[in-house]
Amino acid sequence: MKIVVPLKQVPDLVEDLELNDEGTGLDYEYLKMKLNEWDDHALEEALQIKEGGSAEVIAVAVDGEDVDKMLYTALAKGADKAVKITGANPYADNQELARVLANAISGMGADLVLVGVQSAGDRDGWLAPILATHLNMPTVSVVTGLEVNDGTATVHKEYSGGIMAEFDVALPAVIGVQAARQTPRYAPVSKVRQIQQSASIEEMAAGDVGDVVTSTVEEMRHPEKSGGARILSSVDEIVEVLKEKGVV
Amino acid sequence: MGDILVVAEHLNGALDESTFELIGMANDLGNSVVAFIGGSDDMIGQLGAASKVVRVDAGADFNPETYGAALVAVADHVNPQVVLTSGSSMGMELANMLSAQKSWPLAVAATKVSIDGDVKAESALFGGKIIATTNLGSGPCVVAVVAGSAPADAGRKDGRPAVESVDMPATAGKVTFKKLIMPESADVDITTKDVLVAIGRGIGSKDDIEVAEELAEALDAAVAASRPIIDAGWLPKSRQVGKSGLKVKPKLYIALGISGAPEHLEGMKNSSTIIAINSDKNAPIFDVAHYGMVADLFDVVEELTEALD
Repeated sequence: MKIVVPLKQVPDLVEDLELNDEGTGLDYEYLKMKLNEWDDHALEEALQIKEGGSAEVIAVAVDGEDVDKMLYTALAKGADKAVKITGANPYADNQELARVLANAISGMGADLVLVGVQSAGDRDGWLAPILATHLNMPTVSVVTGLEVNDGTATVHKEYSGGIMAEFDVALPAVIGVQAARQTPRYAPVSKVRQIQQSASIEEMAAGDVGDVVTSTVEEMRHPEKSGGARILSSVDEIVEVLKEKGVV
Repeated sequence: MGDILVVAEHLNGALDESTFELIGMANDLGNSVVAFIGGSDDMIGQLGAASKVVRVDAGADFNPETYGAALVAVADHVNPQVVLTSGSSMGMELANMLSAQKSWPLAVAATKVSIDGDVKAESALFGGKIIATTNLGSGPCVVAVVAGSAPADAGRKDGRPAVESVDMPATAGKVTFKKLIMPESADVDITTKDVLVAIGRGIGSKDDIEVAEELAEALDAAVAASRPIIDAGWLPKSRQVGKSGLKVKPKLYIALGISGAPEHLEGMKNSSTIIAINSDKNAPIFDVAHYGMVADLFDVVEELTEALD
């Protein structure tokens, strides 16, 4: 079985997010990027499936700053192959990214495409259902439980209030992963370095992306502080509030 | 103004609150038409605020494949200017499939929608740290709206509007609904507690939960949590507050090390009093909190627990 996992870098939200001069997007120049945490869950789930039976796990990413490091880290965690798509916009929104990935993945013979269900900057859609439409594969998103048997994935899709639905999905399929069955593993730096010496990253040209469903960002801005919280400076002040509210 | 197609969402035989929010929003924008896919006919009697309902018999339970195909058929029938879905697990899937299949522009995480020639949507992105205004053109287009973005009362009215039926289109039959799995009964019902001590990513390890438990004990409160704590397996799902967890409205909500991503705020922003303690002064939680303290949560919680003893 072949499992393809697209990986994407997103801004580290701990940092201040600066806007570009036009105020229509982020200024990526000094932004610290990191692997989208839901993609990390998708990769972990793929590795769990591999370890529970047999599967080839292929990590795929659009070329950009520090992408090699992200892909070597995926290999160090246990992915079998890493593919870098060159000549595409690394900061593309999901409608465009889905076209780029569909081009790259369609020839790979994937049985399962595991995608992080969301990422911090999702503005024009979720990657999994759009990618599934382009690949003409069935799809289920917000999945926390996944089991593969004889060409069928049995998945648990989360609703609100802790309710879930179980679906059987005929493979090949695209699944939007909310959470892996266990916390994503960590690859020590020494192991990543070691992999860097021994393994290589395959390159693939993005090619013609075709028509992308476009929408225009007119403005990006930081939210107005809505008056916000009254800032307290000591524990005594918290105790005062608790007394005032009749909690103690 | 064109028709605004609202996707009614239902689970286990009941309409979701978001349906009424979206109908109210749609009525402000144009002529509201509800897509009612699957589900029992009884629910249509609650859609009196809509001008028309278009029904497709797609099975009682949501299935992304059948409901997705049904929505495309309804959209072809109605030819709307805008399609509104909820930003939920079901709504997001439908919005995305419709957008991709029809090549209609899509905005997600929307909190506001306006039409002034072009359709525009305002979305909260990057954990609520950036607000983006997207121009979706003159339509047709799709917008997935965050729950709680409009009052439900405006779109809630008993009565049965005109109903049209659209035939269920053929599908490849690759996704099969098996069953609903209801949550296991909880040891503590966090929705009934007056005081909640909620923990998030700022709690670094399972052992650290003890400090929150001690504070909770001193306040006769229960410990609740945001998603990362539940995903790590440190607390049961029954303690999760937010979009895919529970919605709570306690008298006092103490948020410890919770940044305040929109998915979490959806579950707790209506608490009477919110106190947030976080080391990041820019954390969005401080925008919804009534009181805040920028500090290391462990220092504060230990001192606070001592002070209450």
